[in-house]
Formats: sequence, C-alpha cells, structure tokens
Amino acid sequence: MVEHGDIRVVHRGGSKINFRKPVITNDSRFLLCASGESVKVFSTSTEECIHDLRGHTDLVTGVLIKPSNHLQAFSCSADGTVRLWDFTDGILIKVRLLPSIVVCPVLSVSVSSQSLFQLVAVHLPQSGDQLVEARELSAVLTGISSNPAATVFGRGGEYIASANGLQLEVYFFKKQKAYRFSLKEDNKKGGKNTFTCVACHPNDDCIATGHEDGKIRLWRNFNHKKEYTYSTLHWHHSAVSSLSFTPEGTNLLSGGIESVLVQWRYNQENQRDFLPRLGAAITHIAVSPDGALYCTSHSDNKITIIQSCVKVSAVIQGLVKGESVGTDLMIDPRSKSLVLNGKPGHLQFYSLQRDKLLYNLDIVQQEYIHESGLQQFEVVKAAFDASGNWLATVEERKQKGAELELNLKLWAFDEQTQSFVLNTTISAPHEAQITGMCFSHATDSQTTMLVSTSKDGHFKAWQLAAQSQTDGKQPSVCPCPSWSCDFVGAYHGLVPECCSFSADGSLLAVSFQEVVTVWSPASWELLTTLSQPPKAIRNLCFGRLSCSKYLLGTTDSNLLCCWNLLTCSLEWSTSMDVSLLLADPLSENMAAFCCQAGCTDLFVFKPSEPRPLFSQKAVCSGMVTRAVFAPREEMLESCEESSQWLNRSQLYFLTQYMDLMTFTTKTEEERLMASSKQLVIDDSVAMTPFYLLLGKHRQQQQGGDDPQSGVSAERTPLPQGSVAIKELLQTPAHVLPSTSFLCSMFVQSLLISVTDSSKHAEEEMESEKEEEDSEEEIESSRTRPEQQAAVGGGEAAESAAPAMTKAQVRELRRVKKLDHSWLAGLLDS
Amino acid sequence: MGEFKVHRVRFFDYMPSAIRAMAFNSHTERLALVRADGALEIFNFADHYFQEKVIPGQDGRAVEALCWVGQRLFSAGLNGEITEYDLENLRPRYTVEAYGGPIWTIGSNKQGTLLMVGCEDGTVKMFEILKERIQFQRNLERQKGRIVSLSWHPSGTLIAAGMMDMIRIFNAETGKEMQHDPESREVVVWSVAFLSDYTIISGDSAGKVQIWDGLTGTLVRTHLVTKWDVLCLSVSQDESSLIAGTSEGTVVQFQFISSTVDQQEEEWVRTRTFKNHSHDVRALAHTETAVVSGGMDTQLVVRPLLDKVEKNTQESAMRKIALPHRSLVCCAKKAGLLLFQFPDHLEVWRVGESDGHGEENTHTHTHTHTHTHYAYSALSPCGEWLAYSTVSSVRLYRLQYNNISITKVGCSTLTLLPLFSVSVIVHTALFINTIKCMSELALFFSSSYFQLDKLSIVAIETTVTIYGSVCLQLHCTVPIYSSCPTAIAIHPTTSHLVVVHADQQIFEYSLVQKEYTEWSRKLQKQGLHSLWLERDTPVTHVTFSLKNPAHIILHDMFMFCIIDQSLPLPESKTLLYNQMTLRSLPEQERIRHSHAFKICKNFKHVMCVSLLEDHSLVVVERPLLDMMSQLPAPVRQKKFAT
Repeated sequence: MVEHGDIRVVHRGGSKINFRKPVITNDSRFLLCASGESVKVFSTSTEECIHDLRGHTDLVTGVLIKPSNHLQAFSCSADGTVRLWDFTDGILIKVRLLPSIVVCPVLSVSVSSQSLFQLVAVHLPQSGDQLVEARELSAVLTGISSNPAATVFGRGGEYIASANGLQLEVYFFKKQKAYRFSLKEDNKKGGKNTFTCVACHPNDDCIATGHEDGKIRLWRNFNHKKEYTYSTLHWHHSAVSSLSFTPEGTNLLSGGIESVLVQWRYNQENQRDFLPRLGAAITHIAVSPDGALYCTSHSDNKITIIQSCVKVSAVIQGLVKGESVGTDLMIDPRSKSLVLNGKPGHLQFYSLQRDKLLYNLDIVQQEYIHESGLQQFEVVKAAFDASGNWLATVEERKQKGAELELNLKLWAFDEQTQSFVLNTTISAPHEAQITGMCFSHATDSQTTMLVSTSKDGHFKAWQLAAQSQTDGKQPSVCPCPSWSCDFVGAYHGLVPECCSFSADGSLLAVSFQEVVTVWSPASWELLTTLSQPPKAIRNLCFGRLSCSKYLLGTTDSNLLCCWNLLTCSLEWSTSMDVSLLLADPLSENMAAFCCQAGCTDLFVFKPSEPRPLFSQKAVCSGMVTRAVFAPREEMLESCEESSQWLNRSQLYFLTQYMDLMTFTTKTEEERLMASSKQLVIDDSVAMTPFYLLLGKHRQQQQGGDDPQSGVSAERTPLPQGSVAIKELLQTPAHVLPSTSFLCSMFVQSLLISVTDSSKHAEEEMESEKEEEDSEEEIESSRTRPEQQAAVGGGEAAESAAPAMTKAQVRELRRVKKLDHSWLAGLLDS
Repeated sequence: MGEFKVHRVRFFDYMPSAIRAMAFNSHTERLALVRADGALEIFNFADHYFQEKVIPGQDGRAVEALCWVGQRLFSAGLNGEITEYDLENLRPRYTVEAYGGPIWTIGSNKQGTLLMVGCEDGTVKMFEILKERIQFQRNLERQKGRIVSLSWHPSGTLIAAGMMDMIRIFNAETGKEMQHDPESREVVVWSVAFLSDYTIISGDSAGKVQIWDGLTGTLVRTHLVTKWDVLCLSVSQDESSLIAGTSEGTVVQFQFISSTVDQQEEEWVRTRTFKNHSHDVRALAHTETAVVSGGMDTQLVVRPLLDKVEKNTQESAMRKIALPHRSLVCCAKKAGLLLFQFPDHLEVWRVGESDGHGEENTHTHTHTHTHTHYAYSALSPCGEWLAYSTVSSVRLYRLQYNNISITKVGCSTLTLLPLFSVSVIVHTALFINTIKCMSELALFFSSSYFQLDKLSIVAIETTVTIYGSVCLQLHCTVPIYSSCPTAIAIHPTTSHLVVVHADQQIFEYSLVQKEYTEWSRKLQKQGLHSLWLERDTPVTHVTFSLKNPAHIILHDMFMFCIIDQSLPLPESKTLLYNQMTLRSLPEQERIRHSHAFKICKNFKHVMCVSLLEDHSLVVVERPLLDMMSQLPAPVRQKKFAT
C-alpha cells in the first residue's frame, strides 16, 4: 500500500451550516456559523459569505463571540482546539489545545470522552504566544447531553443549567451547589417528557426547557431542592428543538418541526405571535444582542434572518440534503456546479468552489404538500449531456394501489435566460421504473442521444428528432425540435440495469442482469455480449482516454471485472465488494468505493495498471453510494505520485449521514490557508462581489488618474513596502507587544529605505552644522523645478533624477570634504 | 377461591350530583363538601381521605357556599337561608332567614366572631356568632348589583366584595364603602381573595385572575387564564400559593416567588396547570400539601403538590373520589333481590336466571319518599322487609311480590329520636326495633347492624359499641382504634364481628368472648401486606359465605377479596395478587403458594359484591364512563387537530 500521509478526507463545500447555533455579532452586521471545518462569516444584509475562517482540522463544533471583546470570536472543534478569531478581518489570533474533544462552547466548554460528556471550565492562560495549551480544566458537570442546546448559562453567568434525558441540573457557581430536577419518563397521556433544549432568562431566574412532546416548561425557584416550581406552555405538536430568550427577556422564541417561529410574551404566555411557513423544521434560534434580528437555522441547511419577528429579511441557503439523494451527484458541465436533489421536486445547482447555492430548478412543477405519508412526485434520475446543453430528468410517483406514474423530461439550456427550459415531456416513457439513464458523451456528433433502461425489460434510445420527422405525428406548430423514441432494445427478456456510453459515443453497453451487451448506437446492432456469472452487474463504466478500450463492471458477487473490448475478453478481475465505481471524466482514473465491515475503502486505479494509484482504508463509516469527480478550476501541480489523481479533478462523496466529503492534499490546504490570510478587507464596506467589482473599478480609475499626478506616489516611498510594517499593520493590535517596544523597531524600519542618506545626514549634522542653512536652501531650491516638472507633465523618470542628483551632490560634497581632510592629512604628513 | 356464577349488574344508574362548594378546616383536617342536591359530605383528610359523614340533601335546598367557624359549619344557599349543621346528629341544626334574597356567598372573620353573607339585593349582612346560634348584627352599605363573592382581610377591618363589574372594599367596622376597582366590561367577579399584605386577587367571568393593590385600588397584574370563567380561587395558609379553578376544568396555580435568587421582591407568577376535570371546577380548597378540587363532573380530586410532600408515599398519590364511601346497594341473599338507593328514590330489582348468554333482571318496585333524601336503606335477606332512614325518620315496609304492594309497617313514631345512619337488616320473622341514639354518643356512623334480634352495633366514629337489641342494653364495646371503621359485619354462625377500617386494617372480634379472635391477633402480629395497605379506596362492604364459614368477602371500588381464614397469611415478600400465577401452576404447587387473601380485580367501580344463597355472586358495577356520559356537555374547547 502506498503511504498517503498528506491526503485527508475533509468537509469542504456544501457542508452543514445548520449544524450548530449561529451567532450574530453585536452590531448585527455579521452572522457567524460553524460550517464543516471552518467558521463562516456571513453578512446579515446581503447574505454573502464574507470570510471563511479556516484553521480547524476537524468539524467545528461551536462558535461564540468573546464576551470581553465583541470583535473576536471563539470557535471550538473536534480536533481539540479552541481558536480565537478576529472575524472582521478573518484572522486567527490564538489557538488553545485541549486534551480531549471539545463539543460545545458556552464560555466554558464541554469535553467528551467516548460517550460520556462532561462540562469543564477551561482556564484560558494569558500568554502572548499564538499556540497555548490549556491545562487547567475543572469539571463542572458530568454526564451532560451531547447537544449544546441543552446546556446554557443563566443570568449573568451565575449559574449553569444543563438538561440530559429526563433530568435538569442547575449548578450555581457562587455556592458551588448543584440542584437536580427530574421528570417522569412518560405521563399517562402519552407525552414524552425528555428534555430537548434549555434557555435561561437574562434577568430573571427562570429557565425555559423544551421537551420531546412539544411542551415548554418555565422553571422557577430552582434554588430549592423541593420547592421548585414550573409552568407549562404548549403549542408545538412535536419536539421543541430550540428555545431562546430575547436579550431583554421580554419574549421567548421557540421552534420545532412545524417550521413556525413562535414568540411567547414572557409572563403573558397566552399571548403568542407566530411566523409560519419558514420552509423547513427549525433547528436553532439565535437572537442578535440588540434584539433586532432573529435568525433560525433549518433542517434543509438554511439560515433565515428575521427582522423583529415579522419579516424574513435574508435567507442563507446551503446545500440542501434530504433523507436521500435520488439522483446521482452530477456536475453541470457549464457551471461546473454540483447538481442533485434539492427541495422536494427540485434539482439544485450548487457551486462547490464558491460554496453557494446557485439556483433551484423546479422539475416537477407541482405544489409540494407538506404532509407525511403522502406520495408525491420525486425526481429520481437526472443526466446531463457532455456539453451541458441538455438535461434529462425522470420523476416518478408510486401511490398505493395505483399504477406507477413516470415522466421523462428533457430540458434545453437557454442561453438568454441562462437556465434550463423544458423542451419535451414524455409521460410514461417506460412501463416500469427507470433503472439507468445516460447521454451519449460524444461532443462532436451532431445528434444527441439519450438511453434509458427500465425494469420492464427494455432500453430505449431517445433522439432529438428533426423537425421533418415530427411532422408526421404532430402538426408542426412548434418550430423547435423535440425528443422522440428512436430505438427500443431488449435482450432475452432480461431486465436491464445499467447503461453506459463509451467516451467517443460509438459504443453503448447495457447490462442485463449478469450479461453485458455492447451495442452500436449508429446501427443499433448487438455487437457482443460479455458476461461474468453468477450475479448481476451492479455498475458499468467505460475507460477513458488511453484506457478507452476497457469496459469495467462490478457484480453483486463482489467482483470487479475489466473487459478488453478489442479482444472481447476478460482482461482482469479482482474480488472486492464495490458499492460504487466511478470514472474521472478528465483522466483515465477510476475510483471504486468498497464497503467492508461497515466501513468504506477507496481505491483509485487505472484500468490498464494492476496497482492502484491510491488507496485509503476506512474513508468513512457506512456505505458510499453517491460520489462524483468534480473538475478543478485550476490544475494542481502535485508531483507526489499518490496525490496526482487529484490534480485535475476532485472527488466528492456523500456519506451515510449525508455529509458531503472530499479529499484534499496538504499543498492544497496550504494554498487555501495562504489565500485566506491574504484577504484583508476594508472594515467599512462588506466584502461582496459587487463591492469587489466596484472596488476594482475604482482602483482602476485611480490607476488611470495616477499617471498625471502620480509623481508624489513615486516620490514618497510608501511604508507598506517594508516587510516589518506590513506585519505590524496586518497583525491585530491586541496581539502586538506594547507600543513602546514596537516604536523603535517601527522607526528603524522606516529608516531602512534611506539608511545611507540619513546616516550621512547625521554625520553631517555632527561635523558641519554650519552647512545646514545652505543645504536647506539647496533642498528647497531643488523642489521647485520638480513641481514645475510635474505641472508640465514630466515623466516619472525625470522626477527621480533630481533625487539622484541630490545624493550625488551630497556624495560629492562628502567626498570632497573627506578628500580634503585626507588630502590635508597627507599634505600635513 | 373456587368458581362462581356471576351476576354482573350494570344497570344501577346511580349518578352523584355536582359539587357546588367546599370548605377545608385545617385544624381538624376535615373537608366539608356540598353537592348540587344539597347533600353535605365531610371527608377526614387525616384518616385516608375517608368520607366520614353524609347529611343527605333536600329538594329545593341548593347550597351556594360553605364556611367553617371553628368546629361549626355554616352554609348558605339560594333560598336565602343560613343553615348551621349538627355534625353529631347529622342534620341541620337550625336555619336563619337572611331576608336579602338568594345568598351567593358566606364568610367569617379570622377571629370567628362574625359571619357575613352576600345577598342578591346588594347587601352584605353581618351576623354575630353566638354559642348556640347566630344573630343578625347589621347591613353594610347597600350596592346596586348582587354580591357574588366576599373576602375578609385577616385583620378583620376590611372586606372585599366581588360584584357585577366591580370589586368594592368595605370597612368592616363602620360599614362604609371605601373604594372600588371598576372593571372594564360586563364581567362577574366570581371570587375574591384578600391577602394580609392588602393585595386583592380576583377571578372573573372574563377568564382573568387579577391582582390588585387593595390600598390604592390599582391593578397590579392581569393573568388571562382561560377563555371562559374563573369560577373559584383559593389561597394557601401561608399566602405563598394561589389556585384558580376555571370552566375548562383546569386548576391554575400561582406562586408568590422572587424573580431572582437573591432578590427580596416577590411577585405572583403563574406556574402549574392541573387538568383533572372535564367540566367546570366549582369548588377549590388549598390545603397545606394538596390542591383539592371538585366541580360539575362530580369527582373530588385531591392533587398533592409534589414540592410539599415526600415522593413516592401515600400522600404523593393523586386521589379521585368518584363513588361514595358507603354501600348504596343492599342484596337480599335468599330472595335474590337488589335494593338500589338513589338520593330521592329506592329501587328493588330481582336478579334474573342466567342461561349463560345473558340474563333478565326485572325491576320490581320503586319507592319515593317526599322531599327528603335517603340516608340509609336495607332489605331483609328474605326480601320481605325494607327499611330506610332519612334525616328525620326511620321507616319499615313490608314488600309483597305476588301482587306487588308495599305496606308501611313501622314508622318513625317508634323512634322519635333522629336516626340517621341506620342500615337495617331485617330478619325473616322479626320486626327489628331501631336503636336509640345515646346523647353521649357523638354520632352514628356508617352502619348499624341488627342481627338475630340479639345485638345491634353502633359504630361511632372510631368506637364500635354493641347493644342488645331487645332491651337496648350495652353488650360490649370493641376496643377503640384510631381509624374510622368503613365496613362492619357479624358472622351469622360464629358471631364474630369483622371490622374494616379506613387505614385498611381488618379486625375480627368475638362477641361471645368479648375479645379479638385468634385470627385477628395473628393478623395484627404479622401485619398486613404492604400492597393491601397501599390501596386508596376503603372497603365499603363485608359479607360472608354461607357455605364456608371461614370465608369473608369484602370489596372496595376496584377489587373484591375473599379472605380464607384457614389459609396462611401472606408474607410481606409474597405476591399479593397471585390469582393468575396460581392458575398457571399445577395442582400440588397451588396449595403451597396460595394464601388467605384471594383478590379479584376483574371488576371496576364496584358498588356491591354479595354471595347469594345459590352460591352465585352478584357484582354491581357503576362504570365511570357511563357516569361521564350522563354529564352535560362541557364548555367547547378547541382541540388540536380537530
């Protein structure tokens, strides 16, 4: 096996932004949220991602604004570090190492050890170093819930409330005393009393807890063992997933699966306000420190920003991940975006590079009804042709006791609107479920062809029919060409499973259970059959480029076979349980995900070579059934053999838990880190693309103006040029040593550029003060011609000349003087 | 235990009437409760919430309010009269007409010297409480609307009166109206409470519980509790907790707590909501440890406050008292007749012959007494004699079934003394005299018992005394036990007296030897099984098997039990309810595992279990669901997903 120390599996792009509670900054301008292995800073007004705070090497598990400095934020991660960021500039300030895995940030942090979670207080050592190891940990509570929403600080941090299971624990820091209150497991009416979340009133001693059965309890008097009391509010019909008090404590916000934000008036709980139709179940609620903005995270990877509980002002949408992905992961050849099922009945186009949802394409074009148990149309298959001009989708609905409803839709890309437009709808293209669908890959051929295989035992080829051909069937009202069936193929009544076109489009392979049939799409002639009994074929893949003579297939009997199409024989086969076989469209490489003992291993290989290029054991737990090679925007130049396969494209895959993961190399990570550091942004204006556009324009304008009046720019050397100054200005003020310490350094650095002259000046001052007057005169007299020159539109080179002359003059004078003394000495001697 | 043919009787459509008012006396721990038909019930909370005394009601006497003054109990009703009850002889002692129209509310000051009533005509009338009676003292200033609720400040100087649309505060000494708190719209202030810190809390028909400053007359807080009415309020003794009953059947608790831990300022905060009723909560009492509520759905609910009681004890269990703690059914064992006692009439039914598929029970007779309600009734084993008592008299009738007629044989002239709690078993040939109530006996309790013209038993609170019935001589007194007897019976052959108490203890007393029997001593020595003691409904009836003298049959609301005195008593570790496990065991093992208590839980809401002469069992049930279905429709409430 090859050693791959530098290739890691990471979350990048399309990661959850609803994983943890987002944080709104004090000025309500930014929203911080944990997203995969980074912390994202969004603008609350423009929804744009401003910074991506990178640095953690594992999932970020919490973000928190530093209470003493509201321009800094802590983040903690499963990699065992707590990092302090300057989120306005996107700069990492400090790293603190914790001995175990950190799970939740509540000013103090909880540390998990296996399955038992512990809440510990971390003493943050004061030190100037960037990397500090925090050793002082003191356990506050043990056995807390792993859900950070179940642990919260009370009024002014005097106590901490934590709920786990059926128990609420309140710990008072001053008295160092904990009170535990437990509820019965189930009451008679079938309600489940399990705690789901906790919130503390900012001014009163009141703890609000949410429960599995949709109740909210307000606990009071909890500093008594027995005389505690609570009142119950009930609106939600299922579990309350998040609770939050507004900063003044006048309102309590709650949300759950109903996707309704409920606002309870504190102390007048029967007065409620609702904000319904938020689209998906609410998972977290956050309130800005001034109470003006609420923000809710939703289960469809969305953050909604709400202004004063009445108006949704912004929606930040991440990659929508449902329970399952019906379509494969695909790459739109035009936008290079990831395409998969999004909202019900939609396809989403997600840009992985910009980590942003581009748009949703409504495929089903029917209103989705939010009701459980209702069978509705779902997009189950989709395919792009090689140029991205055509998109084929299949939607199906299986109702109980009714026929399967199937629709094949073909969408053409419209250049004007830059989106897909429905071209042809073929209802009931097959009599049974469609098992596979692919476009012919040939980019040069005039006709595009789509092949679909179905459980009804046929595969059909669809072609964009010319106008003349359609005339016979339908009146030629529609001038645009539409799709129609070109060929229906079958093989011994067997059920076709997979289909694949060869890279040049000259061959079509269709698998009929254990038999692979190879057809010529030009003549629809069965060229050959290949088979490898006993089990059915699972995946089919043609080799690319130099390996295009190979056809690869995997079978249910854990066999990976490679057929040589020239000899029509089995080239090689190996025994492995491949769950997914994937070809990189830009190289010969193939990726095979193998499921073994609950884990998935990845092998990357060339069909022509016996040794795998890359292999990694235990990429993730569970089976991987969806993956895609996404082409890179710019090629990587990796020389290492093991990581070369990642040079042209990147491999993304979906885990069992619907996490989108990818592989990254060390060099790539370093580059990303570097790029994120370079990004320094003007404080006053949010960094939006619009701004960048405008900003660039402005810079250009300035650049255009400069040549006329650019003398000064040329003349006074900007201090930014020096490395030391750069460092000084880019490092945040709070991590710098004292000013007095820096001052001399700074001054020195300023002096660097003119070292010689200043030294000489000093000497001059010491030696001949008398000359000063005359020098000044000379200087002032010298500037005048410069100005004249500038006004006259003189070149930049000209302005440099007098400086030279000045130096020369000085040098000359010094030499003269030195010479003189020396000569005098000589003469004397 | 053997097998029985069971007559399962479910046609006794007894319906208790709605609870109208209640008053709790914290010194004696007794709850007085009055129902819509005027019946008064006294529950002893110290003795397992046992229904100690019942004074049957009367037609046309609707009681609106109750009030304890020390040990004395006063009630007032819409007939405009104030009644004091004689709790020893279980009858009204006297009635005083208030001359102010219907009386809505009654209250006394803390010192127990004055009684006030709020009348329909807008007057608050003060009565001086004398030793023997009450005397009208004066009227407070007359108001326009009716006085619906009253509350006396603990100092005795101020009175808050809830009226239509307003609350008025009177000076109790001068009788002058001081100030009022106008309400905004047409509301009835159903209940007010005047706290010692001059806070007035009101509950009104707009569904609000409002907290007022009684000195300035300003509104402090409003809690909208329900869409319907807040009907009653009750404040705990230490004024730290308040409960409000609503038309929705909920009881809402408010607590006087500080908002933050170290702060002294406290405020009323709505905390818990109890929903134990389906209909209006008309009456509430806040005891030290529990919320006691009752209303239209006729059940008395004792909901312990879990922060005031120890967890997992008998006190922490919620109690619902739905059926009376006495037997309303009498069974004539020989004749196979059943006597059902309704508040205003009696019914005699004949148990039919069963063919295994169903049986026909025939209704034979209904008897109605004018105006007064029945206290106790009994049928002789042969079915020929029927006796009953009311508040004022005891009557005996002879029934003839061939041509269905009833003849009055004896009447109250025999016993001019009021006899209230006499249940009579009439033996075939004998006319049984009733017993005189001795003046030193505090009161008659549940069942007096006539047996073979030799003995009569009177159970007086906790004392059981035996009299010879012919000459009314004291035969003996059973040793005093601290808890009330709930059921008493004398064994027909052995003349053993079996007494079951409210704390579930069982005693057997030999009337011949005048001492506890050997079995009883053994039982006391070993102690009863803990599960037996944990049951929360009292045993209401004891009877014996005619075939097997060692069998005692007793029942409570949820089970009936045959005690086989010949078998060993259950050890504390053995399974008490073991009938099912015994059935699965082979014959030999069964004997080894069986014990004296054979309990059957097949029947629910049992009103009577009796063994007929032909060894068939009569079980009279009154399913609560049937009772619920007879209630009027509750207020309409929006239910989720409807």
